[in-house]
This record gives sequence, structure tokens and C-alpha cells, in this order.
Amino acid sequence: MKNKLKVLRAEHNLTQEQLGKAVEVSRQTINAIEKEKFDPSLVLAIKLARLFKTEIESIFIYAMD
Amino acid sequence: MTFYMKTKKQQVLNLAGWTWSWVATLALATFGPQFIWDDHQLLTILFVGLNFANGIAMVIANRHFFNSLDELQRKIQLEALGITLGLTVIIGITYSLLDTTNLINEDAEIGFLVGIIGVIYMVSTLIINKRYS
Repeated sequence: MKNKLKVLRAEHNLTQEQLGKAVEVSRQTINAIEKEKFDPSLVLAIKLARLFKTEIESIFIYAMD
Repeated sequence: MTFYMKTKKQQVLNLAGWTWSWVATLALATFGPQFIWDDHQLLTILFVGLNFANGIAMVIANRHFFNSLDELQRKIQLEALGITLGLTVIIGITYSLLDTTNLINEDAEIGFLVGIIGVIYMVSTLIINKRYS
């Protein structure tokens, strides 16, 4: 699943560590999501969307093959 | 340090404490009868029971550690544990077969299997962690 997490994080001047702290996950998890190696759970996706005051679909793009 | 990191660190220390005390009580229960209390049966029963109870506490601490992890770390642990379980069964059965068919001279020892579990779990955790970094 593609995502715009890195762009949003940069726009809000947050480090991976700070973003992880805000949504209660590790820096490693934020990094893995940004690199699209790991898809977050629905709860984490909602937390991220609320933090950036946007909708889940604006951050995560599900593309069927 | 975040609350999440503090909790995880506390759980790691808690798990390490119970693991080391389990090893210590295991050593006492194993070598105590011969070297410390001269085969006193009641003391042996007491230390075997203590080791068992300590093992239960270690499993509970492991569960708390698991619950302190975030979703990616849980996935990593789950994959590592799955690989460890699968390989341990295969290696364990093969090792037992080597013993029963007399292809190896010595008897199959449970200690070998425990060692194998540790090595496989450590290596698989490292490899899977690297994949997600």
C-alpha cells in the first residue's frame, strides 16, 4: 500500500521519533510504513489521520494489482 | 524517553530478571542434590517446584513483554516464533531419528534442542528486523 506519510511528516516538521511518540509506536514502525514495507493497522491509520487532521484515504492509497 | 519506550524497557528488564532467575533455579535443582544438599529429597522437590513456578512467572513476563510491543514489533516476533517453532520441530525429530537409528553415538539431549531454539530465534529475529529497517 502506497502512502504519503513521509511528505506529511515533513510538512509538519516532525522527526520519525516524534511522530512515533505521538501515535505510540516505535521509530522503526514509522520508518517501515514510510518505506512501504509495513501496512499499519486500522487503529494506527486512524491515529495518523487524526494527527494530521486529514482522512485515511489522503494518507494511504490502496492500489489493486 | 516516551511512555511506550519506558514500558517496553521495563518489560524487557522484567523478562530478563525472570529468565535469569529461572536459569539460576534450574542450576540449583540440577546440581544442588549432588553438590550442596547431599541428595536431601525434600530440598530437591522444593527446588524442582521452585524452578517450575519460576518458569510460569517467566512465561507471564514474556506475555507482558509481547503486549508492550507495537504492531510491527509483534509481527516481527510472531514471524520469528513461527520460524523457530517450525525449524525446532523438524530439527528435533531429525535429531531424535538419528539417535533411535543409531546414526549418532550419543543419546539425544533436550539441552541441544533448547540451544537450537535460542539460536534460531535470535538469528530469525535479527534477519526479520533487518528486513523492516
